[in-house]
Amino acid sequence: MAAALDAGETTSVALTQAHLDRISAVDGAVHAFLHVDAEGALAQAAASDARRSAGQVASPLDGVPIAVKDVLATDGLPTTCGSKILEGWVPPYDATVVRRLRAAGLPILGKTNMDEFAMGSSTEHSAYGPTHNPWDLGRIPGGSGGGSAAAVSAYEAPLALGTDTGGSIRQPAAVTGSVGVKPTYGGVSRYGLVALANSLDQVGPVTRTVLDSAILHELIGGHDPLDSTSIDAPVGGLVAAARQGAQGDLSGVRIGVITELSGDGWQDGVMARFTEAVDALVGAGAEVVEVSCPHFVHALATYYLILPAEASSNLAKFDAMRYGLRVWPEGDAPSAEEVMKATREAGFGDEVKRRIILGTYALSSGYYDAYYGTAQKVRTLISRDFEAAFEQADVLLSPTAPTTAFPLGAKLDDPLAMYLNDLATIPANLAGVPGISVPSGLADEDGLPAGLQILAPALADDRCYRVGAAAEALLAEQWGGLLLDRAPSLDGGADGEAVSA
Amino acid sequence: MTETLLSFDDALAAYDPALGLEVHVELNTASKMFCGCATEFGAEPNTQTCPTCLGLPGAMPVVNATAVESAIRIGLALNCEIAEWCRFARKNYFYPDMPKNFQTSQYDEPIAFDGWTEVEVDGETYRIEIERAHMEEDTGKSTHVGSTGRIHGADYSLVDYNRAGIPLIEIVTKPILGTGEKAPLVARAYVAHLRELLLGLGVSDVRMEQGSLRCDVNLSLAPAGSGTLGTRTETKNVNSLRSVERAVRFEVQRHAAVLSGGGSVLQETRHWHEDTGITTSGREKSDAEDYRYFPEPDLVPVAPSREWVESLRASLPEPPRERRARLQAAWGFSDLEMRDTVGAGALSLVEETIAAGAAPQAARKWWLADLARRANDTGVELSALGVTPAQVAEVQALVDAGSLNDKLARQVFDGLLAGEGTPAEIVAARGLAIVSDEGALGAAVDNAIAANPDVADKIRDGKVAAAGALIGAVMKEMRGQADANRVRELILEKLS
Repeated sequence: MAAALDAGETTSVALTQAHLDRISAVDGAVHAFLHVDAEGALAQAAASDARRSAGQVASPLDGVPIAVKDVLATDGLPTTCGSKILEGWVPPYDATVVRRLRAAGLPILGKTNMDEFAMGSSTEHSAYGPTHNPWDLGRIPGGSGGGSAAAVSAYEAPLALGTDTGGSIRQPAAVTGSVGVKPTYGGVSRYGLVALANSLDQVGPVTRTVLDSAILHELIGGHDPLDSTSIDAPVGGLVAAARQGAQGDLSGVRIGVITELSGDGWQDGVMARFTEAVDALVGAGAEVVEVSCPHFVHALATYYLILPAEASSNLAKFDAMRYGLRVWPEGDAPSAEEVMKATREAGFGDEVKRRIILGTYALSSGYYDAYYGTAQKVRTLISRDFEAAFEQADVLLSPTAPTTAFPLGAKLDDPLAMYLNDLATIPANLAGVPGISVPSGLADEDGLPAGLQILAPALADDRCYRVGAAAEALLAEQWGGLLLDRAPSLDGGADGEAVSA
Repeated sequence: MTETLLSFDDALAAYDPALGLEVHVELNTASKMFCGCATEFGAEPNTQTCPTCLGLPGAMPVVNATAVESAIRIGLALNCEIAEWCRFARKNYFYPDMPKNFQTSQYDEPIAFDGWTEVEVDGETYRIEIERAHMEEDTGKSTHVGSTGRIHGADYSLVDYNRAGIPLIEIVTKPILGTGEKAPLVARAYVAHLRELLLGLGVSDVRMEQGSLRCDVNLSLAPAGSGTLGTRTETKNVNSLRSVERAVRFEVQRHAAVLSGGGSVLQETRHWHEDTGITTSGREKSDAEDYRYFPEPDLVPVAPSREWVESLRASLPEPPRERRARLQAAWGFSDLEMRDTVGAGALSLVEETIAAGAAPQAARKWWLADLARRANDTGVELSALGVTPAQVAEVQALVDAGSLNDKLARQVFDGLLAGEGTPAEIVAARGLAIVSDEGALGAAVDNAIAANPDVADKIRDGKVAAAGALIGAVMKEMRGQADANRVRELILEKLS
């Protein structure tokens, strides 16, 4: 699209309008968006066209529209985090990544649906109703960023931003046939990201191609003085790595397959596509080794102590005092405390309450050492597993998620089954390392997309792009095009043709 | 409810007090602890705020490097160890003036710890062990509107978030033992000493009346000689030196009454009432809130390099006690004069006045006898009165030159406070200068002698002390603008 804009074949206004039309046509069924800002997006598109005619293009993606997960603060646009407690809240400021999007000239189409406060793996925990998987509207689009992934895979947006705390970018990308990246912790600013778990959260791209992700990643990444945890080093070399990988030569690259991320509970079709992908990479010259990360078995338990602990504290600010929902309890002259209680009771969903209770318990006096303290120690052991594994291999591979998209409602009443979706993605968040999910093909059992996850050491995000682009190119050769080309059209017309942003 | 009290002497005969003081100091940094907002006192409510200090969703903190520097300097001045690596922690509790419903503070990793300092009371030195000094952010300021003035029973409450996020240093002592009947004075002296030290460091305005220095007083009693620690109470917001002393005294008497009556002291927070000089029960600490501290994940650890710490140590100002000893010796002040000077907050003012040319006793006299009273009358700090050391020195120079006497000098200070210009301008404009015209003076003396022949005779008979009456008459005629010494000389000359 950027190339078409450069060539003068289309305009940003035309592109943006086309996507707004697509949203009007299909979003009733998909429900990827919580808020669409047609007016704002078209105004930004017109400004982009004006820049382009004046020869002052702001960035490689100037004029290409984008969707933003509703957990990122957008000045003047509602930001609900999928929660009733923030219904109607309009932030007075932009998240740093949003500010960078605006500066780079990307019209913002709207805000995408998500599990409430990013807690979930199916987007069913949104207070505003679930998003549907464009490949099968009866199934989940993954979560928590199901809205961003569905918007991209349903051609409602060429690009989207997501956030990934335990897999919320990668797992939805896997089950919708799109590409999703969780950058190195600290690689992209978190300022303006409504924190789920501060030590795990990262903002990242959701796109149709690896190259698009690389370009978007370079736009949003880099040091931000407003985020103390952001790394003071330039991002770069990602686009170059993606272009290099697309050449299909992986000579000298050592890929490690993680033993612990396979076996019981892993769907046959997902494993079959994974094995084919690994074979394709080996065929391109990569050397494959099997690596063991023995502490990964404790990753889920560790994650579900650290995350709720941080979240329980983060969510305390929603108290009806300054913004958001305010519920008046029964009775005369309720106290501030009673208003807080009533508001939080009405404003938070069950999954959020569950995690607040878990986190409060884990941090309580007398339990802190046993729960939060131990979890931090295991977290260190998981990081050491990565360090050891990266001595044997340049990148580590696994399927992104154990299964393809499951039917809506299938795991809603079984939190543990829901949590297991993130088994393969969580270790990267605990260790702060980057990961990408690229489509690995369709599972034989159900014809639904599966994902290949590529993990690299911290600050070596370029390796994810190189190997990811190689896998994409090699598999596209086998399939005769991008996997998304095979997605249903939704509006009864011809299947869409995947267009790179 | 009135509390039963035991007399202070009886209380001290039976019990040993243990003190613990927690002092919160607002730093005078230009911006807040974790954001760039201004920190000016007295601005319109909620005008010095941003997403971070309002706790808006998504906003993040960034540590103010100047606040860290101030914290380290305070730690060094209190002979503390400075942590090589420390973190901030979240102290979680719900309160409407807490924007995030957690306070970003330090918990088990304070920036400064294990220090000590010494204070003097009645010539005796007390060593105060410092447990820790840590960094944190202030909360917003609630105003509860209603009959009680507290959150319970308020009709409604207003919150000003200008204060939210102002950098605070909390300085905590270890239990202070062995002070006996001096406990109230030691507590007061410690807070006064901290004020002086912080003022010398230039890190805080230390205005107790504006809340930039706030004190919580912990007190417990144990049976005399037992060497144990009793149950403590924590009296919050004791915000003047006098109140610190009174609050300790009150709690000693109250605890003693409870214990000697066979009861046990309730571990609780107490409220201090400045007007009545008593404490009343606040919330009980026994169902102590669990603050669920954990390391703040949005901030990276603070790891001050040893080189930095040492350079800060090398640039510390002279410690207050050493400075006082040096100045006292140089000025030749008595212990009492020195204590009064320090107590009035006039040490630096006197020092600067002397540096500007005034004699030490003259400088002391003006600041303590005259200007301190004026400051007290208008309720401002001496340093904020509006008269500078240079002006005081200039007035004294005029006195030394014989152009002014003390009485006229006071009128010059009136003029200075009224903003009438420099001392010289005021002298000119008000026509205050002493008349040095010998002719006019001689005529006035002759008039006085003529009008008081009896007195004149006495002086001629050698009763020189009687000259006072004639001096008074001359001064009256000269409307005060004469040098009394010269008048005396003239009278004695004419009557000899």
